[in-house]
Amino acid sequence: MSASTDKTVTLPAEPPLVTGNLGFHDITQLVSYHTEKRPPSVWYMAIAVSSTLLCVLLLMIAYLVWNGIGVWGNNNPVGWGWPIVNFVFWVGIGHAGTLISAILFLFRQQWRTAINRSAEAMTLFAVICALLFPTIHVGRIWVIYWTLPLPNQMEMWPQFKSPLLWDVFAVSVYFMVSLIFWYVGLVPDLATLRDRARNAFRRRILGFFSLGWTGANRHWRNYEKTYLLLAALATPLVLSVHSVVSFDFAVSIIPGWHTTIFPPYFVAGAIFSGFAMVMTLLILARKIYGIQNIITMDHLEKMAIIILLTGSMVGFAYITEFFIAWYSQVEYEQYAFLNRATGPYAWAYWTMMSCNLLFPQFFWIKRLRRSIPFLFLTSIVVNIGMWFERFVITVTSLHRDFLPSSWDYFNPTIVDVLTLVGSFGLFMALFLIFLRYLPMVAIAEVKMVLPESDPHYYDQHESGSETN
Amino acid sequence: MFKKLIQSVKATMGIYEAQEDGVYGLLAEFPNPGVLISAARKVHSSGFRHFDTHSPFPIHGMDRAMGLGQSKVGYITLIGSATGLGLATWMQWWTSAVDYPLNISGKPFFAIEPSIPIMFELTVLFSALFAVGGMLVLNGLPRPYNPLFYSRGFSRTSDDAFFLHIAASDPNFDLDQTESLLQEAGAKTVEVIHDHGYSELHTA
Repeated sequence: MSASTDKTVTLPAEPPLVTGNLGFHDITQLVSYHTEKRPPSVWYMAIAVSSTLLCVLLLMIAYLVWNGIGVWGNNNPVGWGWPIVNFVFWVGIGHAGTLISAILFLFRQQWRTAINRSAEAMTLFAVICALLFPTIHVGRIWVIYWTLPLPNQMEMWPQFKSPLLWDVFAVSVYFMVSLIFWYVGLVPDLATLRDRARNAFRRRILGFFSLGWTGANRHWRNYEKTYLLLAALATPLVLSVHSVVSFDFAVSIIPGWHTTIFPPYFVAGAIFSGFAMVMTLLILARKIYGIQNIITMDHLEKMAIIILLTGSMVGFAYITEFFIAWYSQVEYEQYAFLNRATGPYAWAYWTMMSCNLLFPQFFWIKRLRRSIPFLFLTSIVVNIGMWFERFVITVTSLHRDFLPSSWDYFNPTIVDVLTLVGSFGLFMALFLIFLRYLPMVAIAEVKMVLPESDPHYYDQHESGSETN
Repeated sequence: MFKKLIQSVKATMGIYEAQEDGVYGLLAEFPNPGVLISAARKVHSSGFRHFDTHSPFPIHGMDRAMGLGQSKVGYITLIGSATGLGLATWMQWWTSAVDYPLNISGKPFFAIEPSIPIMFELTVLFSALFAVGGMLVLNGLPRPYNPLFYSRGFSRTSDDAFFLHIAASDPNFDLDQTESLLQEAGAKTVEVIHDHGYSELHTA
């Protein structure tokens, strides 16, 4: 007994991951009851706004399909306008969820348990928004299945040497694997909801989706192995997705796009913007749902540090691009970058620079990392900056092509703007439905990080077992 | 013979046969993971094999206490990886070099380099599908019907309760002796589970 007491004394005192002295049942209760009671009135207001925006999106898509993509600002020389900017923006947002669920899992970062469920949900919804844009951008949406290798009457196949087709595979595989990963994580928690359900219909539905889970150790054994394998598979996958997205640009020979730095730089930017979005959503959700003891200030601070790290990486990449343009001695490459920083789109370039490189540097100060209003502000600023990054990359590289007579200034149309705004409606509506019907925190995983979940805890706290 | 084989396969998934009188097994509740793990150790060393512990989260060290080896999901996943890689390679080669060769900028009809992204993606996709499919098969899930659901207290196993279930199909199973074994191991309550829709509660 004395030996084990000595051992605990020498361990460094880590701050508890779950605060407020919660037990197993408290966690179940705190998370599940939000799915069982009527949502707060804020929820109704939010769903009203987001479904209105969603209707705007649907109207815009209908208008687009009816008229063709001429309703957008895309034209010569800027053939890739907002739809591609929005696609890259949304798919980037998704990356934080997989980083939290897979990469932090492999690194045994136990603080992830509080935020991984909602971050993964955010991934799925962001990827849905992302997939929407290339789908409607093809113009003839009714033949979108031509991108898949399906036997057809023309006896033709997709062109597997094209990065655009790689993108179809990369993003849809990413969506499917994220969905599987998320669902596997949900099964034990759906069983918790099933066991708490009072109404027979609810129990039926949850019983169906929880697959008859009973928390058996024989099941946990295979389950945990599967979860580990999925994490190990999702880790290279998430890095590959944005790399493949960057190939859409980097494999071309357009100055400003044709750079080998794109894959790592895109991945860092994706994680950066994704963490900002997770932060925006969780700051609101933890407050409204009263789960500040599960998603604590320490969680937000850790996310702020990741934003600082990835923001600096992205900023470093911006500067490296300039250096390489100069060092390459390629005239066109040099012009593309000078034009970015000083040309007609200098306003967009410097918005991007200040939002992504300069603003996160405030996170060196601990007081600001722990200030909720500042975190919220930064998370919004970062996402604005990251949207502008994709805008700068896409539009400034195209608007002055090799033939000066075709140079032009890109102007979006109202349809462009409303489609982007509407995609936020889709994203928010899906996220709100998730908050309403599913446990927003991984209940079983949070219980695992409590000290009481360790069987050896009871070697030292023997009295606990008797009073129980 | 064949029936025996099926029964033993189902037993690895945690699906056990009830006795002829309908007794499915004994379900004991334990106060905490510490007592549960020592009870599992005791039950295993008493020679039981058809038993399982139920907890709201995986308990560290329980596999060893129950005498279980490594999960086989990894091998199934490897089969999935090979399938995905093979399929992607074959598909890209056959469609672009055999079925409909198209000259694109004078590039080779098939080469490894441009095929890598799709080879990678399909490897990951099939591995993930096989991992989850394999997990479900090895666990015997989905399993909508489970006699343990007849127990009134068992619903707390997904909340904060810790159970040990010994199946009646185990050759060592004896209603009275097994019950006293569980009581000695520190069970709070021991319950007889029937496969006919009712249960009896024996409080310690």
